[in-house]
Amino acid sequence: MKKNNIIKLILIIVVVALLVVLPLVIKNDSTINLVILVLLYILLASSWNILGGYTGQTNLGHAAFFGVGSLTTRLLWVNGVPFLLSFLAGGVVAVILALIIGAPAFKLRGVYFAIGTLALAQMLNLTVGNILPEMSYNPDLANYQLLPRYYLFLGLTLITILTAAILVKSRIGLGMMAVREGEDAAESLGISALKHKLIALSISAFFAGMAGAAFAYYHVSFYYYMPFGSEWTFDPMMMAYIGGTGTIIGPIIGAVFFVLLKQLLVWNVGEYHLIIFGTLFILIVLFLPGGLVEIWQKFRTFLTKKTKRRKKVLLKATIQNEDGIQRE
Amino acid sequence: MLQSLGQNLVFGLLVGALYGLVALGLSLIFGVTKFLNVAHGELVMFGGYASFYAFSMLGLDPFLSIPLTIIILFVLGAILYRLVFSRTIKLPEESKIKNTLLVAFGLSVIFQNLALRFFTADERGITTSYFSQAFTLGGVRFPLPKVAILVVTVIFLIILQLILKKTYTGKAIRATTQNWEAASLMGIDIHKVYLLSFAMGAALAGVAGTLVAVNYSIQPSMGLGWTMKALIVMVLGGLGNIPGTIIGGLILGLTESTTSFFISSNYREVAGLVLFLLVLIFRPQGLFGSKEA
Repeated sequence: MKKNNIIKLILIIVVVALLVVLPLVIKNDSTINLVILVLLYILLASSWNILGGYTGQTNLGHAAFFGVGSLTTRLLWVNGVPFLLSFLAGGVVAVILALIIGAPAFKLRGVYFAIGTLALAQMLNLTVGNILPEMSYNPDLANYQLLPRYYLFLGLTLITILTAAILVKSRIGLGMMAVREGEDAAESLGISALKHKLIALSISAFFAGMAGAAFAYYHVSFYYYMPFGSEWTFDPMMMAYIGGTGTIIGPIIGAVFFVLLKQLLVWNVGEYHLIIFGTLFILIVLFLPGGLVEIWQKFRTFLTKKTKRRKKVLLKATIQNEDGIQRE
Repeated sequence: MLQSLGQNLVFGLLVGALYGLVALGLSLIFGVTKFLNVAHGELVMFGGYASFYAFSMLGLDPFLSIPLTIIILFVLGAILYRLVFSRTIKLPEESKIKNTLLVAFGLSVIFQNLALRFFTADERGITTSYFSQAFTLGGVRFPLPKVAILVVTVIFLIILQLILKKTYTGKAIRATTQNWEAASLMGIDIHKVYLLSFAMGAALAGVAGTLVAVNYSIQPSMGLGWTMKALIVMVLGGLGNIPGTIIGGLILGLTESTTSFFISSNYREVAGLVLFLLVLIFRPQGLFGSKEA
């Protein structure tokens, strides 16, 4: 077990180090943009997973927080507020939105919560489109550089993953999972379901909002309502499911897989990757609720069982041999 | 002023009938099977395209193509049930709703992209010579395509009620809705009932799609908007409550038209969503639903 952890730690350090030096080695902008896209999706899928995977509340309005984050940051930044301040405001406003809608939304249980949050995101999408129909341009256009954007996304993604990893090991994280497994049972043990849901929603919203803020910093031009689009909810949700909800690595695998699939298939025809991704998502929901992570775990237990068996066979053989020797 | 308000209200009611029809299929499916098929809007889209191609390639009048649309969507619904939704029937109710919701989202992504691939992203619509005609009653205009909505909705509401109330299959469907375990003990083939209800719900979505193609326009990304409307109407009317669904549709239509009149047509859909959230929070059993639902 301990050896396993050391290997894991070394692997993580290697991957992070590779990601840090990547733009210094590969000076190709399109590759860096691609990695940024992966990081953005990891951010969204991991933040969705905190509420959707660990707390069991299917949030179909994740785009609302992403959108509010990008809108806040971009609006403040365009209007001359220092960047760092507008950047942080993106996450803060997303949390404020989460706290405002959280209490009434969590009065809705299960599927009502899902369609309620979907309605909320659609509402914001339409309203923002009505009030701010114009295109927004990056105020930093004159000296736009990709490198700081890349590191911003990388840093944010690492913080999100780290926070999620620490959170789920904590008391609150255990409470969240208890709520997922059975709200009434959790309540009967003295775990406040509402409190844990609200905490999970706020953290989830905060990182979605920060993702939006980074998006506002990164994108050259976009319509203000664009980040509110439902695809910013559904794609990350599918990534989390395909990778494996309720795990740290799941959303990361899902996001990498999604972008790879997109890249592989983009050469042939339009949006074929979404058709394949959608099919895979359905198969996983129906037959393999643990996602790709579960496949891997099953595979690993299968392997260890096999090696254990082989060891046993070897052991038996030696014992027999020893017996034989003794008999002689 | 008063006249144009009246005009708005009439339009709201006529459009509301369409919302009711769109939600009718969703509500039927949910009521019987407890599948929350959020790919319903995509079924509406397929119905619209079926009529559009029947019109542009075969020259078939959109209203005459309705039987064709029904057959296509009925078969599609049956296939979807067999292939996908039937896998969830053994789950307990809450996870069944959640899983079908997720699965249907996957389906809507697939359908949207298939439609993009095969029907292109162009907006389509159907216009024939008599569509511009209208009659006036008490100073209020009644354009024919909008009146057709009401007529078609009423016809299909009656057909559905007749099937449910007068036929053996209808009785089986109603029994299954009330208690599937008891129904299955009485020798009702639950799988068949589920399959039929799902296919019928899909066919109703197809009919609604024809009306959408006639009155609005159809495009591959239209699904979510119509699913949202159907969900709003279904929740307004009470889950699985058929007469309630039509009334819910009329309420949504009126809400939208009065919002366009007093505020701005840009906020039409937002008003519907606000109404939806309010009902969800304060009366999740629907405006006409009973407490236990």
